[in-house]
Amino acid sequence: MIIAILSGFIVASMVPILSKLIKGKGSILLPFLPLGLFAYFISFIPKVSNGIAVDRFYSWVPSFGIDLSFRLDGLSMLFALLITGIGTLVFFYTFSYLKGHPYLDRFYGYLSMFMASMLGLVLSDNIITLFIFWELTSISSFFLIGFNNDDPNSRKSALLALSITGLGGLFLLAGVLLLGTSGGTYSIQDLLSQSEALKSSANYNWIIFLLFIAAFTKSAQFPFHFWLPGAMKAPTPVSTYLHSATMVKAGIYLLARFTPVLGGTPEWNNTLIIVGAVTMTYAAIHALFRLDMKGILAYSTISALGILVFLIGLGTEQALLAAGVFILVHALYKATLFLVTGIVDHETGTRDVSVLSGLRKVMMPVAIAAFLAALSNAGAPPFFGFIGKDLIYEATLYLGDWAYVLTGAAIVTNVCLLFAGLLAGYKPFVGALPTQFEKVHLPHPTMWAPPLILAGLGLLFGLIPSLIEKSIIQPVFTSLVNNETVIHIKLWHGFNIVLGLSLLTLTLGAMLYWKLKPSENLMSKTLRFEVISPKSLVEKFRSLFIGLAQFWTGFFQNGYLRNYVITILGFLTLLLGYRLYQGVNLYIDFASLTDLTIYEVIVVIIMAVSIIFTVFSKSRLVAVASLGVIGYAICLIFLFYSAPDLAMTQFSIDTLTVILFVLVIYNLPKYKTFSSIGVRIRDGVLSIFFGTLIAILTLEVLSEPLNRETSIFYAESAYLLAKGKNVVNVILVDFRGFDTMVEITVLVIAAIGVFSLLKLRLKSIEKE
Amino acid sequence: MELLLVMLIGLLYASGIYMMLRRSMVKLIIGLILLGNGANMLIFLLGRIVKGKPPIIDSASKMLTEIYADPVPQALILTAIVISFGLQSFAIILVKRAYKITATDDLDELNTTDEIYE
Repeated sequence: MIIAILSGFIVASMVPILSKLIKGKGSILLPFLPLGLFAYFISFIPKVSNGIAVDRFYSWVPSFGIDLSFRLDGLSMLFALLITGIGTLVFFYTFSYLKGHPYLDRFYGYLSMFMASMLGLVLSDNIITLFIFWELTSISSFFLIGFNNDDPNSRKSALLALSITGLGGLFLLAGVLLLGTSGGTYSIQDLLSQSEALKSSANYNWIIFLLFIAAFTKSAQFPFHFWLPGAMKAPTPVSTYLHSATMVKAGIYLLARFTPVLGGTPEWNNTLIIVGAVTMTYAAIHALFRLDMKGILAYSTISALGILVFLIGLGTEQALLAAGVFILVHALYKATLFLVTGIVDHETGTRDVSVLSGLRKVMMPVAIAAFLAALSNAGAPPFFGFIGKDLIYEATLYLGDWAYVLTGAAIVTNVCLLFAGLLAGYKPFVGALPTQFEKVHLPHPTMWAPPLILAGLGLLFGLIPSLIEKSIIQPVFTSLVNNETVIHIKLWHGFNIVLGLSLLTLTLGAMLYWKLKPSENLMSKTLRFEVISPKSLVEKFRSLFIGLAQFWTGFFQNGYLRNYVITILGFLTLLLGYRLYQGVNLYIDFASLTDLTIYEVIVVIIMAVSIIFTVFSKSRLVAVASLGVIGYAICLIFLFYSAPDLAMTQFSIDTLTVILFVLVIYNLPKYKTFSSIGVRIRDGVLSIFFGTLIAILTLEVLSEPLNRETSIFYAESAYLLAKGKNVVNVILVDFRGFDTMVEITVLVIAAIGVFSLLKLRLKSIEKE
Repeated sequence: MELLLVMLIGLLYASGIYMMLRRSMVKLIIGLILLGNGANMLIFLLGRIVKGKPPIIDSASKMLTEIYADPVPQALILTAIVISFGLQSFAIILVKRAYKITATDDLDELNTTDEIYE
């Protein structure tokens, strides 16, 4: 099984090598990858439908409890078949749809990568690997949405989708970690037995909150739904595959997968019911006001995802059965409609439903597929959609107190969805054919056959539900409810209230289609509400955030050395100043101070005067000369206080520095004052504060006792160990000899630098 | 004397920082030198100052026994003085070189060097 999952990644990684082949005739070979996988998963049906899950275990990072463990049960089987089955059709479809596209190889690469990630996601039994595959689907979706990377809108939509689903991914990571810690295992199977403990655990609310956010972002639930319409910028095969049939159902999968583990509590059910109900009605009503076929389908997809969340939230056996069936129903008709839209767009160049009409005359097979899908979507008997819709009403009707409200919401949603389906699957194909479309012709069979197959299945499963009842739906149901109940799905339930509701929906939908004609005018009315839609709020937040980040960076990272110095020193001064203000412990033991002599006082005064000269002098020469005087004064202080070596070093170095300064002084810039008086006062105040702070700190340190262990060691061992009488010298050349060598190296490097700077002759162009 | 030296250190630090905050490159170097001197004095003072007792073992004995000036800060300062000379000389030559090419001493104008070569 691991080979099956990884095969997509292997193909994706080989794409760059085989790029020539794929762009040429070779691309027809690629669809056989998903086809092979589809056959592979079909072969497990007998086993899985008998209630035996297929487990495969590969140890990966056992120390962290992360294993590549895969489990194929009913729910995984349904998704795996959808992923590989629709994948096969989409791969074939792409062959014609993007024929001759310069980046066809890339496209197939991303698509294979996505397929593999999605398979990994639905087959993982380990929640950490589930998270990894989850993120991989987000990333491949990003690349596919931004596939037309020269279109700024495409790039923007891709980024938006990635940031929303990526955000959800982070929540998922936190959620699975918390879940793993609370349950003591990362295996979903083992978590199943911990169900009761988890539900009563203190972390329960956090876990479901984190998982919900992950699922809602991925499955485009309100208020995170807005990335999905944007994602329609991707080429149609992508919209079909990722954004209606498979990837967006990953969130649904997550919720369904954890229903037996975490579901059944009021928090779980009520949240899902509310979010699902809001999403399904909100998006369904939104779909009424779209003109773009893809836009209509995008909103109706969001609405369908809302229905699924809603059904999982209801959590009754009836509702879970309805959810299981509806996943399949929706995948079949929605993928068909998307593929049809792609064909229409490909052949006519427009997706505007107010322009399109009469296309059945030029592309009959496509029109048939579209009609079938629209009818299945409408829930008309004897289509599979009828069964799906019946089950939904059955789920909502017997709920007690809230039955009326919830059934009402379901009816409104279904009516709007029906309208949307007719708009996308019926309207473009009926009526008179406008002259501009007369030249339109039927595309290559690899394009029109896939939607026809999908739509045909929608009819077939409706007519003969027993085809899938035992083999697919029963195992899905079993893994959802985790018990032995046996289900029956059938087309005809007799005359009852559910049938009445179905007929009511059909009638209302047909009436709505009759009355409401899509137009620019209608669409523009909804634009007024865009200002407060979650999408524009997020975009506002984003631009605000970028603005803040720019301000922040610009303020602190402005590239001026002195501003960095001011910030650092100012902060330091405030911090230390505050500490000193709180409790300064200045204690000066005057007895311990050394006596003052007159020559010391004179030296200090000379020094203070030179410092002032250095700072305020208008002449470079004076400044440099006073700098020299400061150095010599320090030299004298060293001499007075028992540091002859220092005095000598200071003397020679200071002399050298001054000489160097004077030597190049006429090559140095004139001494100018650039700053304004205000700035100088500010800097002056800061400097004085900082100087005072250092002085106070020095006094503080002086009042502390000193540990002389190191000096005593050197003083005692200098002669005994190193045979030297000058302790400072012995430290430098003997005990710390290696440091001194490095120091010499530094000096040599500086000397080389100076030398090369002096010798450097720039070419005349560089001097300009 | 310690009190005077403390004030001196404060003055050296303050003037060093003030000069570093100037826009002129030459003043920046002078600030650097002043700050370096201040740091040396600080280390020197914190090792406690002793008058007239250099850490040199006299010819008769084999180790320092009575009160003597601390040799460790002295060794540190000696290193610091030499290293800062390396830094200063390089900085002086660099400024000279930069001035020759850009014809400005204003640090604020130096952030446009990228455009000079365009």
